[in-house]
Amino acid sequence: MNFEWLGRQSDNIVFLLGWHVLLAVTPLILGLLIALPLGWWAHRSRRIYPLLVGVAGLLYTVPSLALFVLLPLVLGTKILDPLNIVAALTIYTVALLVRVVADALDSVPEDTVQAAKAMGYRGYQSLVKVELPVGVPVISAGLRVAAVSNVSLVSVAALLGIPQLGSLFTQGFQLRFFTPIIAGIILCVVLAMILDGLIILLNRWLTPWTPKVVAS
Amino acid sequence: MINYLFNPAHWSGADGIPTLIGEHLLYSLIALAVAAIIAVPLGIYIGVTGKGVFMIAGLANALRALPSVGLLILLVLLISPAFPSKMGYILPSLIVLVLLAVPPILTNTYAGVRAVDAAAVDAAKGMGFRTMKILTDIQLPCSLPLMLSGVRSALLQIISTATIAAYISLGGLGRLLIDGKAQNDYSQMVAGAVLVALLALFFDQLLAFITRRVVSPGLTRRTVKAAAPTAATDTVKTPVAA
Repeated sequence: MNFEWLGRQSDNIVFLLGWHVLLAVTPLILGLLIALPLGWWAHRSRRIYPLLVGVAGLLYTVPSLALFVLLPLVLGTKILDPLNIVAALTIYTVALLVRVVADALDSVPEDTVQAAKAMGYRGYQSLVKVELPVGVPVISAGLRVAAVSNVSLVSVAALLGIPQLGSLFTQGFQLRFFTPIIAGIILCVVLAMILDGLIILLNRWLTPWTPKVVAS
Repeated sequence: MINYLFNPAHWSGADGIPTLIGEHLLYSLIALAVAAIIAVPLGIYIGVTGKGVFMIAGLANALRALPSVGLLILLVLLISPAFPSKMGYILPSLIVLVLLAVPPILTNTYAGVRAVDAAAVDAAKGMGFRTMKILTDIQLPCSLPLMLSGVRSALLQIISTATIAAYISLGGLGRLLIDGKAQNDYSQMVAGAVLVALLALFFDQLLAFITRRVVSPGLTRRTVKAAAPTAATDTVKTPVAA
């Protein structure tokens, strides 16, 4: 490791880290916002469930680099536009979370739903105040997977020349220089762990009734 | 894109589309086979004996967080000086592909063996089945659906990452994407992207078909209903982190 080089490059590395966070977190939030209503729809209708889960599975099979290249055709963007990355990762996040949200709502015990009804909760009140909160642990488990894989997927965009931590890998490859590569890998893993930890904390904060021992 | 795909010049020769598809498949299947040889026996062992369970969750999460591009480039720079010519980048690519394919197969094999109905195992024991026979006749057939779904995510991961490995000059369909980028030839990139996506879709559907054929029908009819509510927590599909 050449720490002197790291010191000189620190401004640039912080810039790349900022973009990486933006490109990984925006799709996570957008994906969750889109997946919640879709998942609820799949939960409500037994006919829609296999359809949505099937389409999600198909979208998931498209390799990331291919999706990054194909999206400009659909969106009308330039190939170097970071918007492509946000859109691609949003698609992956939605594809992962639709099923998770549907299964989370399915996992709410029938007794709980009926108790809410008996206490006078209307359909949407029961959904927002009872069913979604009870489903939070399952949703956050899916969200953790999406967050960690998003961080890794963003770095693929470096092959197209979109700046983020992955740029350190291509730079290191061109210079035959280990320092940026190792720094990039460490920053990616740390970023993934921080996001993972934040979701665990959020989950604990949203579900104060669960025991404090949270597995894995 | 259409012009690129329908130009006969792109369908023959050493860098023609059939050759690229062949290379892509060759690398992918070698990596899948090696990963399965490592992960399936290990997953069965951990599932049956319960030893080393702590490894499973940690390993899968840690490897998912590792950026595959970084890993690939790091290994190429480490390994390539030791090997002459093409092995210098083929070997690191294969190592990364195997490394990414092991966790989904391992965790799903383990989960599959664990999820086998304990009553079925007890019944077999009561009928005088020996340990090996219980394994081959009860535990393995019953864990096949989950095991194969692990193989499916592993293969998708491999096909996706093999595309990226074109950057460090591995052959395969990724060449069209990387060379297209270098030559500013967007139609070539799109053609490559479409072909890679089709390849991934084809193999995903092929494995889904194989799963339907080899899994005992009695098993699927039961698990379709029973598995639905609990599926969310433990079978979150392994993402194609490539």
